[in-house]
Amino acid sequence: MLNYLFARCITAIFVIFGVSTLVFMLIHIVPGDPIEVMLGETAQFADTEALRIALGLHLPLHQQWLNFMSQLFTLDLGTSLYSKREITALLAERIPPTVILACASIIIAILIALPLGIMAAVYRGSLWDTSAMTISMFGISIPNFWMGPLLIMVFSLWLGWFPVSGNEGFASLILPAITLGTALAALLSRMVRAALLEVLNEDYIRAARARGLSQFTVVLRHGLPNAALPIITVLGMQFGSLLAGAVITETIFSWPGVGQLTIEAIQKRDYPVVQACVLLISLVYVTVNLFTDLAYAFLDPRVRLEK
Amino acid sequence: MIRSFSFPLIILVAWCLLALSATLLPLRPDEIILQKILALPEWQAWLGYDDLGRPIADRLIMGARTSLLVAFCVVSISLVVGTAIGVFAAWFGGWWDKITVLVIDIFIAFPGILLAIALAGLLGPGIMNAVIALSIVGWVGFARLARAQTLTVKEREHVTAARALGTSTSRIAFYHLLPLILAPLIVEATFAIAGTVIAEASLSFLGLGVQPPDASWGSMIREGTRYMLVAPHMVLAPGVAIFLVVLSINLLGDKLRDKMDVRLNNGK
Repeated sequence: MLNYLFARCITAIFVIFGVSTLVFMLIHIVPGDPIEVMLGETAQFADTEALRIALGLHLPLHQQWLNFMSQLFTLDLGTSLYSKREITALLAERIPPTVILACASIIIAILIALPLGIMAAVYRGSLWDTSAMTISMFGISIPNFWMGPLLIMVFSLWLGWFPVSGNEGFASLILPAITLGTALAALLSRMVRAALLEVLNEDYIRAARARGLSQFTVVLRHGLPNAALPIITVLGMQFGSLLAGAVITETIFSWPGVGQLTIEAIQKRDYPVVQACVLLISLVYVTVNLFTDLAYAFLDPRVRLEK
Repeated sequence: MIRSFSFPLIILVAWCLLALSATLLPLRPDEIILQKILALPEWQAWLGYDDLGRPIADRLIMGARTSLLVAFCVVSISLVVGTAIGVFAAWFGGWWDKITVLVIDIFIAFPGILLAIALAGLLGPGIMNAVIALSIVGWVGFARLARAQTLTVKEREHVTAARALGTSTSRIAFYHLLPLILAPLIVEATFAIAGTVIAEASLSFLGLGVQPPDASWGSMIREGTRYMLVAPHMVLAPGVAIFLVVLSINLLGDKLRDKMDVRLNNGK
């Protein structure tokens, strides 16, 4: 058990190291001179050279990499070329909205996926099952950049129930959260169904049924907790797709989060900010994955109590 | 069997046929008719006109061409490169394998299409760069799958026998390994096509893929979002197209997986 945790953490450290290096390399794949791309061809020589020195791009590559890594350790991500602000401050502003959006989407996904998955598993092969899985297949296939505009069109423009975009309180959270949560809900409901189906054939479920417990109690008290582990794992693994989806969803709804910042930075060619955003999102994802694995090991008594 | 295959198959065949014959059809995707700006569907243009007065149906077919082209290129490149790397790592083992696994883990640590968005943004917009960005992200899944499959197959007796007979490595790979690991790779490729169609459209939606005046379903939705109140057909048409194609590929992939009896094992 301890060995496993240790090995898992070591791998995570290597991965974080690799991810940072890859993000460092991003600026070097820009075709031509990145400084010229960032400032435009009309920039003065003095300006381009000043920026080159400020970003350390005049140094040899290994030196640049060392600087990049050491700055990361001190949480110094540099300054934005566009707003001239500290990137750490910029991110600190943008992180809370993204966290709120992500949490809301996960809640919506769970609220949709649990009933759908449970119904599909309990009434396996019935009309319930078929319709639940059809809805889920639709949810997987509908791209969020279409879902978002559709929701805006119906619920904001035609019905006028929710604001079109921005972050103005609870009402403006609903549509982005549904947009972002749909794909997750679809995947999760399939997972809930599969996990429950495996559990529902177990002896203890039959024993619970034999004791005359109601279907409700059998499924919710005896089935679901035992099916929870694979469901939690999928939730953790899908968290990454959720973050990547947030980039697009936030752009659609002008939600002032990290995702929108990423796209804005790409459009303004503010490469240090792009690097910082990609790094942040990936590191969050790696960490969540690590904790999912650790939680899996911890929650399962079979794994936890293993000496 | 034929019945259950038919709906997705019809959609996909239509997608491929329209995409491949797009240049042969009498289309006018770039023709601007100022009087028809944002006009609703009518007899000559059954999906209406966009914000520049161009027929949406014609642009939809050109968009089909873009999505098929990108999906074909990206999935072919990813499949070949990923499989080669995965088989190589599993076959030679040792440090090769360790390094490959680490590189795969690093690439997987970038969630979803985030890396592709960043790469496409830095490489600069354009269809070529979109293909490059999506391929850089796409090979990983195939490499992981091919590696896992090769690890199980390479210990089989017929492989050992081939080795004992002194068969060359490349011959073993092509004649004794690949045929056995192909089924799960094909299933993975099917889902990868669906993923790439969405990814290409996402990039184009963000303005990082196909550039105007060329059409992509993603960029069509993006253009349509500005006129949703007056011209909802601008958003509906390309969205329905993406949805139907992706849904069909997913349905087909599910069927294929059941038929080939593949349990996609995404563990390490």
